[in-house]
Amino acid sequence: MSRINERISGLKEKGEGALISYVTAGDPDPSYTPSIVEAMIKGGADIIELGVPFSDPIADGPTIQAAAVRALKAGTKTRTVLRIVEEIRDRIDNPIILLSYYNPIFRMGLRSFFESCVACGIDGTIVPDLPIEEADEYKRLAMEHDVDTIFLAAPSTTDDRLKRIIRYTSGFLYLVSLFGVTGARERLQDLTLKLIRRTVPFTEGRVPLAVGFGISKPEHVRRILESGADGAIVGSGFVKIIERNLNNFDRMLNELKRYSAELKGATLHVKGTEKRRVSRFSR
Amino acid sequence: MTRLRDYPVNGKFGRYGGRFIPETLMMAVKELEEAYERFRRDPGFQKQLNMYLSEYAGRPTPLYYAERLSKAIGGARIYLKREDLAHGGAHKINNTLGQALLARRMGKRRVIAETGAGQHGVATAMACAVLGLKAEIYMGAEDMKRQRLNVFRMRLLGAEVHKVDTGSKTLKDAINEALRDWVANVRDTYYLIGSVVGPHPYPMIVRDFQSIIGRELKNQILKTEGRLPDVIVACVGGGSNAIGTFHPFLDDEEVKLYGVEAAGQGLNSGRHAASLCGGVEGVFHGMLTYILQDEDGQILNTHSISAGLDYPGVGPEHAFLKSIGRVRYVTVTDQEAVTAFLELSRMEGIIPALEPSHALAYAMKMAENMDRDDVIVVTLSGRGDKDVEVVAGFLGERI
Repeated sequence: MSRINERISGLKEKGEGALISYVTAGDPDPSYTPSIVEAMIKGGADIIELGVPFSDPIADGPTIQAAAVRALKAGTKTRTVLRIVEEIRDRIDNPIILLSYYNPIFRMGLRSFFESCVACGIDGTIVPDLPIEEADEYKRLAMEHDVDTIFLAAPSTTDDRLKRIIRYTSGFLYLVSLFGVTGARERLQDLTLKLIRRTVPFTEGRVPLAVGFGISKPEHVRRILESGADGAIVGSGFVKIIERNLNNFDRMLNELKRYSAELKGATLHVKGTEKRRVSRFSR
Repeated sequence: MTRLRDYPVNGKFGRYGGRFIPETLMMAVKELEEAYERFRRDPGFQKQLNMYLSEYAGRPTPLYYAERLSKAIGGARIYLKREDLAHGGAHKINNTLGQALLARRMGKRRVIAETGAGQHGVATAMACAVLGLKAEIYMGAEDMKRQRLNVFRMRLLGAEVHKVDTGSKTLKDAINEALRDWVANVRDTYYLIGSVVGPHPYPMIVRDFQSIIGRELKNQILKTEGRLPDVIVACVGGGSNAIGTFHPFLDDEEVKLYGVEAAGQGLNSGRHAASLCGGVEGVFHGMLTYILQDEDGQILNTHSISAGLDYPGVGPEHAFLKSIGRVRYVTVTDQEAVTAFLELSRMEGIIPALEPSHALAYAMKMAENMDRDDVIVVTLSGRGDKDVEVVAGFLGERI
């Protein structure tokens, strides 16, 4: 069982959902990232998703776009992000996932990329612009290196396609909650909860289900977990705290920790999980 | 064996092309592919498109023998395929009419598009106006400053222009923003892409709509010269006028094909837009192709005097044609393009756009070393009225 599956199952047994917290690596400077990650974990983040900054992030809204600009300006490279993971791996045992657009990985070479992932202690990868049709070689090499491949499903994904995506997926399925790019939204859409309920029968017993895009409040987290998701992915909410506190590192870390704790609080004692808890993911 | 004309196969040109896009868009590109397969075989659709192309866009465009220019050079006979005479002043209308008709047939009333210099934005606004669709155009803030006239033209034509303030604030960022809009509004919005780029089926659809250039040209040259040309030259940014010109000739091995990229201030200056000649393979805007990128896979900013060539990627079919050696890709600098721009204006009374001035510059160089019986065709993809200010600036003149 991979570190990601272990973590999610462990939480499940306690009746908890997973808080998956995203931050763009190197924002605002690579030297900040280890402390930022540790603050998020201290607050309660279960799984860390580190973004490799990219010049043209087409799936991201303004918040994460701006983070990528700051990180690139600070000289963050793919190798910098890998080194950051290597550095923090000794101190934390939470699963770490790398999110990167495909070109930086393609440029490095798939084999070399996965070798580095293993060497640095990365547990899984997400590539938002790599659909399953283009992912055969990627999947093969990831399996060879025991790295989980987290694929995305969207509201427009048909049932048939969802089944195929799940076959390519390990770690968890990343369900995009809405039509749109990343970014905090005031309210959850009804569509999101319906979508989760539609997806659960396909993931149940196969792979955990985590939901992201637009989720920024404890209330959002609680409701998506109650609808049947195993984890909630929060990104722009964290990045906004960084953006607000560029000149005050201590306050940035305190706020990150506090926000993380608020979100984590919403994953505890989720209604409706007790009966589902037994024997999931026990392939 | 697969004829070159029959690509893409399974959405790929050799190993190039494909669909590297967010999951949310996958159903939309499949829906588009199915709709396109249905309508391309539908005589009603073709008839309607042909009507708009001839009666609205002014096709066929002439194939003009540039006699004075040819004689002054003293080599091959140079013909110009006059896309500058199509409605809107460029080849762009061939594609926008085709795709806007497709959008309407698919029941999508809202059309979004990106534009660099504004030519595709204007052509989209025209096609949407005549077909009664709502057009929204994404344009980089930098380009809006440089091409104020086209911004106003689009607004006159009823389109809404959205300013893009991210990244380099030019064409690539306008595409990024259009893609983001599409992700959010994919259920009722048609993305009308302006070149042979993006995920499959766009490179194929845009090529098919632009191939009318090459088909007309083939008939015209057979009529006037009684044979196929020796050489065809076209400029390549994203590459739509070039593919449209080359495609009907791909399996005619005796015809040599040249694609001309923008070398800007020189390939070694780092300030150019020559993806095929100066880039490496990568994945960008949904396709595997040649990309101008750094060692870390970040996309680079580009430079060309011609805004229409100022793009860090290139259509995947060009990457394929380069890899098998069917088309030769070469470069021309800003300076050489401006020289050709001036030459054609003075010798033939035709002010060409800066984009095809690159093709013309290369053709003029080739013609010199060819025989008087040889025939070169250059696709004059647009007229140069839009570039007059830029050229004046380049020459240090105030107008």
